[in-house]
Amino acid sequence: MKLVGQQKPELLLTETHHMCPGCGEPLALRGYLEAIQELGLSQRAIAVAGIGCYTSFSMTTDVDLVQALHGRAPSVATGVKRMLPDSIVFTVQGDGDMVNEGLQEVLHTAARGEAVTCILLNNGVFGETGGHMTATSVIGQRTKNTLDGRDADYHGYPILIGDLLAQLQGAAYVARGSVHNAGAVARTKRMFKRAFQTQMDGGFSFVEVLTMCPTGWFIPTSEGPDYMSATLGEVHIMGELKVDGVVKSTDELHEENVRKAAEMEQALARGGIDT
Amino acid sequence: MSSTGMKLMEGSEAMAEASIAAGCKFFAGYPMTPFTELLEHFAKRLPEEGGVCINAESELEAAGMVWGALSTGARAATGSTGQGLSLMQETFSEITLAELPLVIFNMARGQQDYYQSTRGGGHGDYRHIVLAPMDIGEAVQLTQLAFHLADKWRNPVLVYGDYLIAHIQEAVDIARVDFDEPLPAKDWAVDGSLGGSGRSRLVSSLGFAKAGQPSPGIERHLRAMAEKFAAIEASEIRVETGGLDDAETVIVAFGSPGKFVRYVVAQLRAEGEKIGYVRPITLWPFPYETIAAAAEGAERVGVFELCAGQMIDDVRLGVLGRAPVTGIGGISTDGSGFGVGPLLDAELIRERVLALHRGAPLPPLPDNERML
Amino acid sequence: MSTVKSKGTVTIAVETCKGCELCIPACPPAVLTMSSTVNHLGYHYPELADGCTGCAACLLICPDFVFEVFREARSPAAGAAT
Repeated sequence: MKLVGQQKPELLLTETHHMCPGCGEPLALRGYLEAIQELGLSQRAIAVAGIGCYTSFSMTTDVDLVQALHGRAPSVATGVKRMLPDSIVFTVQGDGDMVNEGLQEVLHTAARGEAVTCILLNNGVFGETGGHMTATSVIGQRTKNTLDGRDADYHGYPILIGDLLAQLQGAAYVARGSVHNAGAVARTKRMFKRAFQTQMDGGFSFVEVLTMCPTGWFIPTSEGPDYMSATLGEVHIMGELKVDGVVKSTDELHEENVRKAAEMEQALARGGIDT
Repeated sequence: MSSTGMKLMEGSEAMAEASIAAGCKFFAGYPMTPFTELLEHFAKRLPEEGGVCINAESELEAAGMVWGALSTGARAATGSTGQGLSLMQETFSEITLAELPLVIFNMARGQQDYYQSTRGGGHGDYRHIVLAPMDIGEAVQLTQLAFHLADKWRNPVLVYGDYLIAHIQEAVDIARVDFDEPLPAKDWAVDGSLGGSGRSRLVSSLGFAKAGQPSPGIERHLRAMAEKFAAIEASEIRVETGGLDDAETVIVAFGSPGKFVRYVVAQLRAEGEKIGYVRPITLWPFPYETIAAAAEGAERVGVFELCAGQMIDDVRLGVLGRAPVTGIGGISTDGSGFGVGPLLDAELIRERVLALHRGAPLPPLPDNERML
Repeated sequence: MSTVKSKGTVTIAVETCKGCELCIPACPPAVLTMSSTVNHLGYHYPELADGCTGCAACLLICPDFVFEVFREARSPAAGAAT
């Protein structure tokens, strides 16, 4: 028998971590760390981390890392990249970090066409503070400060950050992945690879990943993927939103999602997919 | 020391050139009077010298960008006026606690930012070294010293300028200053090369290191920072004094007003008045002992500053009751609010110093509202 | 429960499992079930029955990196999704 997938990603220094059971963030982490390694970028990559649950990976991610403040990572990444143009610079931020606190930073960085990659772990909730509404929380979503669900009249509408960024001329590659099932995880990793490739070609790239937060959603861990698909996933549509400067329509994204999901199911049934 | 010869330069240009002479490779800023010309000169000159200047979309971006540049080990700076620096304070706090060698230019509106500069507007237990030049010649020297001290102490250094220093012209010689003191290696800087080795680097304000590497933790980190600040206080005070020997009246002033006060005191000394001055060049660390010694034999201490009274708190801490301390400056803006105002007038300062010296009431401040 | 011959297998680091159960429905041949006993953290963990295909779905969905996947050598990498 041949080893086809190992426990932790090699660029992670520890076997364990402090994320809650059923958290989607480690799945996204695995995706971008393996993408970096498989592209041979381990010794060129520099991460800039925001503030959220995922910040605890700042100590265990085995690439050089600058710990930024809430929201500021894209600007910090800009400074790093401009001084080290040959490095591969990426941010890791949550939706509270990027879309609430630092919206202008990611927009300006994209508009500038900065050759960095911004990664958003989007669970529609402030997980670290215990489950509060963010700018990406969907209408109807129950959080600790929207107990009856997010009400558009009272709390306003969510920001679809990937769609917003795709409209900017400076953004070369914009994708929204998800980790609600194995196929989506594998697909999201390919998005990371394309994003880093885009950066190497000199463009700004963005990968949003919908991640489960059963703790912040107040649901059992096993219900995380289905809850996410039915809430966040219905509003923040998965897919490659912009490739080579061309923005895809929602219909195209839906079509692609149906096709990709079928392909994945067939692959799994046939006996396996590349990790 | 490589001299380029004397050249007539606007202060903003001179400070940008001095930064480049000191090896500054990165600048990011957002326009704001009277800081704007400094940004303009960096934007023109840094790319010519192989560096980068980004016209940041706001002060928040500027502070973030310089944070990233510093993390790579490059000499880097940002700046604004006090208002813009208010926006940057959160990032300045983190940069300081991450021990990154930032240089900040405050081309201030008057002297309203003494508290902001020396106490900091941000969170946490931190200090910035603050250098206050009195003119362009000194600004050129202190700009280079700022980059040196930032690297020496791995701590931000703020250069406190103003409208006058930013906009008037002086003949200056932009020669690189060689400081006779070794600097610590930047073995903390990120370049990406150690990824996957188990020895990758982490630039953090929290005192954490990567798993498997020695990590002080937040408490020991903050204690070490406090010890560093004490060491800076013990060794980096810079101050100029004059006429203190038998002075009955001591005037304290910094920056451009310090130069005016120095001139006025020299004039009054020549006329036989027993008046001396103290001009703090470092606002932090503050020359408390110099102030104390000056106050020891004096009958009164006056503080001339272009604000409602901020440095006077530090002067009182230095004097510690040895003599009465009186503010003889005041709020002084020109009509636009950008400048240093009608109080920056040698005749007017002379009147106020003499009034204090003779125990007479201070003359009223000139009314400048007509310009609005 | 599948009765087919195993074409692959997994190792499970049961002590680092946090019992989220995401792997259970993710497993196409349905050969993972949660344990009745708990690990040192107090969590139930997955146990493997016969019939694993080595498809790696469990590994891909596991937030705690407990799985290592082995697959019988086949040619070419059959079923590799693009």
